[in-house]
Amino acid sequence: MQFLYFASVREAMGRDGEELQPPEHVTTIADAANWLAGQSEAHAAALENHGKLRFALDHVMTNKDASIANACELAIFPPVTGG
Amino acid sequence: MIDIRIQPQRFDSGKELVPLMEMEGGAVASFTGIARKDGDVAAIELEHYPAMTEASLRALAQEAARRWGLLGCIVIHRVGRIEVGEEIVLVGTAAAHRAEAFDACQFLIDRLKTDVPFWKKEIFGDGSSAWVEAKASDDAKADSWS
Repeated sequence: MQFLYFASVREAMGRDGEELQPPEHVTTIADAANWLAGQSEAHAAALENHGKLRFALDHVMTNKDASIANACELAIFPPVTGG
Repeated sequence: MIDIRIQPQRFDSGKELVPLMEMEGGAVASFTGIARKDGDVAAIELEHYPAMTEASLRALAQEAARRWGLLGCIVIHRVGRIEVGEEIVLVGTAAAHRAEAFDACQFLIDRLKTDVPFWKKEIFGDGSSAWVEAKASDDAKADSWS
């Protein structure tokens, strides 16, 4: 699965994305965020307070209870500030 | 006509609205967002999620066109470095009457601010920078349209 990071999340991660395969018990976006936070100190720092972050699954903003089954891309970012 | 553009280049709102004025409706409304002079801010840097940005702007524009029966609409949003005083975004709407044009224009900018993946970073005169925080008041405005 492709993980993408934007803005402050990208900076805290020190990378703009990575290809990772979450284990089978990871079924929702919230599970994926918790699992990802365990990957390194940078991941943990980037995902601290992930309750405030936003998620897009295959380019659609989605809430954290959504299933990641069959999804190709999960983007993680802070609330948007365009306009 | 729905015209969506994401670009680093500057644009001229007046010129960009001309096609909307030629659609034979009675009203064109527009909003131009400018990089505001705010303390020591010298510029802003705009990041976006290319694979998602244009599609989500187009979906919003299609929703506005359907809901208010628009004759046309345009959204131009810049990315990259934008100096204070320069334009960031243009939303323009053409409709038969002013109420539809005004409402659709406000809907588009309000929802753009909460639904479309752009992020602003303020660049200060001394070279330091800080991400702009989302405002709860923007969420409330966007929610008021649902």
